[in-house]
Amino acid sequence: MAVELLYFARIREAIGLGSERVDLPSGVATVSDVIDWLVSRGPAYAEAFADRTRLRVAVDQQFAPLETAIAGAGEIALFPPVTGG
Amino acid sequence: MSASILIKVEQADFDVGAELGHLEALGGGAVASFIGIVRGGDGLTALELEHHPGMTHGALQRVAQEAAKRWPLIGITLIHRYGRLEPGQRIVLAAAAASHRAAALEATSFLIDWLKTHAPFWKKEYFADGSARWVDARAADDEAASRWNA
Repeated sequence: MAVELLYFARIREAIGLGSERVDLPSGVATVSDVIDWLVSRGPAYAEAFADRTRLRVAVDQQFAPLETAIAGAGEIALFPPVTGG
Repeated sequence: MSASILIKVEQADFDVGAELGHLEALGGGAVASFIGIVRGGDGLTALELEHHPGMTHGALQRVAQEAAKRWPLIGITLIHRYGRLEPGQRIVLAAAAASHRAAALEATSFLIDWLKTHAPFWKKEYFADGSARWVDARAADDEAASRWNA
């Protein structure tokens, strides 16, 4: 399944990319699975996602928990807790 | 009656008088507002505000709609800037118009509390010594937002 991944703030800096289009292997069913798969791709991803308590997610531009199923999703954004205002 | 909602996400500064004037012209008896400004001190030279461009407008719209559900509002304005901002510059405007002051004041407080925890913005601080750091989310902001959950 092809999906657009977006990274923001310290996640973007740790990975060194703002976005990438990836083809997820079968068996990757939730946002958590996506992160596990990314971590397996290299140390920059492992560093970016080392502390999942400080990771927040939006699936197709709606805030969502890590357990969210990703079937049919076009975009998954991964970022730290928000600090606007 | 549905509230007139105005959302802007932009790099440029906003005209506070013009924005509040727009709310005043809606015909209610009360307009309340909050302006967030870059705080100086500790050698801070600038803030960089990053956001999720595809999502921010919709997220702010949902914050405004939530306020409109909870209070009898006539108008809501949410403006949030992004990019590089220096101490003393405006970051955000949250404002509400209503028939009476209680709704306008409470809704304004809600709008900024909810915005801080429900809109995809991230602040990075730059200092005079050349260092930089991402601002950590504050537990106090989560608590301020959660008091509206009751």
